Amino acid sequence: MPSTSVSEQPVARNGAALLSLDDVSIQFGGLKALDGVSFDVREGEILGLIGPNGAGKTTCFNVMTGVYQPTSGEVRFAGERLGRRKRFAITRLGIARTFQNIRLFGNMTALENVLVGADAHHRTNVVDALFRSPRHRREEREGEETARDVMRFLGLERRADELARNLSYGEQRRLEIARAMATKPRLLCLDEPAAGFNPAEKAQLMDLIRRIRDRGLTVLLIEHDMSLVMGVSDRVAVLEFGRKIAEGVPADVRNDPAVIAAYLGTDVDDEEGDL
Amino acid sequence: MTEGKASPDTESGPARSMAWGPRLGWDRGALARRTTALPKPVKWTLIGLLVVVLYALPLLELPIISTPDTDFGGVLFTVASYVLVALGLNIVLGYAGLLDLGYVGFYAIGAYTVAVLGSLQAQLSWWLLIPLAVIVTTISGILLGAPTLRVRGDYLAIVTLGFGEIIRLTALNTEWLGAAKGITGVPRPPSVELFDVPHLEWEGATALIDLDDTTSFLSFGVADQAPYYWLTLTVIFLVLGADRMLRLSRIGRGWEATREDEDAAELMGVPTFKFKLLAFACGAFIGGLSGALFASRQGFINPESFLLLLSILFVAAVVVGGAGNRWGVIMGAIVVAYLPERFRGFEEWRLLVFGVALLLLANFRPQGLIPPRRAKRAQAVDEQLDALEEGSARA
Repeated sequence: MPSTSVSEQPVARNGAALLSLDDVSIQFGGLKALDGVSFDVREGEILGLIGPNGAGKTTCFNVMTGVYQPTSGEVRFAGERLGRRKRFAITRLGIARTFQNIRLFGNMTALENVLVGADAHHRTNVVDALFRSPRHRREEREGEETARDVMRFLGLERRADELARNLSYGEQRRLEIARAMATKPRLLCLDEPAAGFNPAEKAQLMDLIRRIRDRGLTVLLIEHDMSLVMGVSDRVAVLEFGRKIAEGVPADVRNDPAVIAAYLGTDVDDEEGDL
Repeated sequence: MTEGKASPDTESGPARSMAWGPRLGWDRGALARRTTALPKPVKWTLIGLLVVVLYALPLLELPIISTPDTDFGGVLFTVASYVLVALGLNIVLGYAGLLDLGYVGFYAIGAYTVAVLGSLQAQLSWWLLIPLAVIVTTISGILLGAPTLRVRGDYLAIVTLGFGEIIRLTALNTEWLGAAKGITGVPRPPSVELFDVPHLEWEGATALIDLDDTTSFLSFGVADQAPYYWLTLTVIFLVLGADRMLRLSRIGRGWEATREDEDAAELMGVPTFKFKLLAFACGAFIGGLSGALFASRQGFINPESFLLLLSILFVAAVVVGGAGNRWGVIMGAIVVAYLPERFRGFEEWRLLVFGVALLLLANFRPQGLIPPRRAKRAQAVDEQLDALEEGSARA
């Protein structure tokens, strides 16, 4: 069961839990950002995480990626407790993420950005680098292969030598995904990947997210855009004021009275403008 | 007729040099492209020639470059030391983006290790002293970095500033370290006198070989400083090679990613703390090496040799040249170290001139004299975009 080469295998939808949050609470001073949140992300699915602004979605991401330690409760990934693991160690374990506000390495080229991701599993040390050891050369070759492959997948291969900050907005969003995918994650967390996209770009993004899942990755998606989340997710979890108020397949969640109330009874689509 | 002949020389002189100023950096991209486009044998021949010229520099006694008032070999050694220090600081400041204002501390530790263990408290051999100095400084870099690299930005600058001063004050107040009177009789590198190399002598535009003025190869004495320059130049070439290797590896990328966005780097799997510590250790290594060479050339050191001003000059060399570009910081170090020696008469104006130069630089070339090539390309794209926007606004 443990790490068979995930990427090539046909994926069992709704498999076992890859990531589970178990009664996770996190408190900042008097504010409970997360209050006893539990849900599973199952291997091979696309799980949408939605909720009004300030509901705790990004906090959830930050707990999963080791940025915050939960005040109580625990997060398990592939059966292991994340505990007090460092952020880079969690990335090596197989959780990668993008950021709500693009956070690329602006003064590095697109390829170098992706290479940094690919380096997550590399072990080259100073001596290796200084003397071009076989390990160094192998890792450089593999890293570049991974990076080029991921960039091709995201349609960025022709922008490889461009500085990240000179890419267009859409390309920067995709480069963030490429960089995260180069760390060879099992779980990819996308934090509002459609922010600032027009409808055509959103449609492309939905297609992209499905193709990412078809490559064998599990996707956790935070998104404001209801049509996108409902259209692409296998299941949806809804947060409000740090609590989970609903979880299930999109059709059920859409009609859940608590969810409708959370969105203040207004038409769900109004939330789209709230970026 | 004579007027017509004279005027282009006199009038276009300053105009030409003004055109050169801004072009110096921008054209380098083109120059670099042209040199990389050269066939390999030609390229290597050119590089070889440059290396030979660099080694021969103290012998050539070139009329304009040479310093009339001071021994040129000594000046070259000073410049080379600054270059070495700048290369070390460039790893810390240029690659990893850590503002270290106490870099002189490492320089001092390297120098003091050689002096204390070579003269004051023990008489170890020079061959043993240099590795010892490097090891001691590298460890001190790790000891300084381990607690302080958890703070960021300005706070790190303040902590390192304090470190540099603490090292100097400790030396000043510790009898075991020679206190204020310093340490004399620092061991010089062992000499192997094989043969004498004559210098050139210039009469107008013709060069004559001056057999009365020779440098002994390889005698590390007091009067002739050229051998120290050769030694340091060799070390610079080694450091340049190592710098390139690290830069092109996972480590160099990790440093840059950390500089660009530390949190994002950490979340992409870069162990940022470890890498920052590594940058500090590498910087300390090179700084200590440079200090050790300085002490063994000087023969005498005291705490006055390691003032805060030196740290600031080091940072100035890196920033003036273009942090993050090894050729840029070499240029910066040459500017900072060589010009005051060449124009000794202006020494008292040195700080004023520096201040003005830095202000001008911050305004007109904020990325340094020779910024990292990619920063330039980005700027070129920005300018194109500006031009496009202007064009569309006009239309």
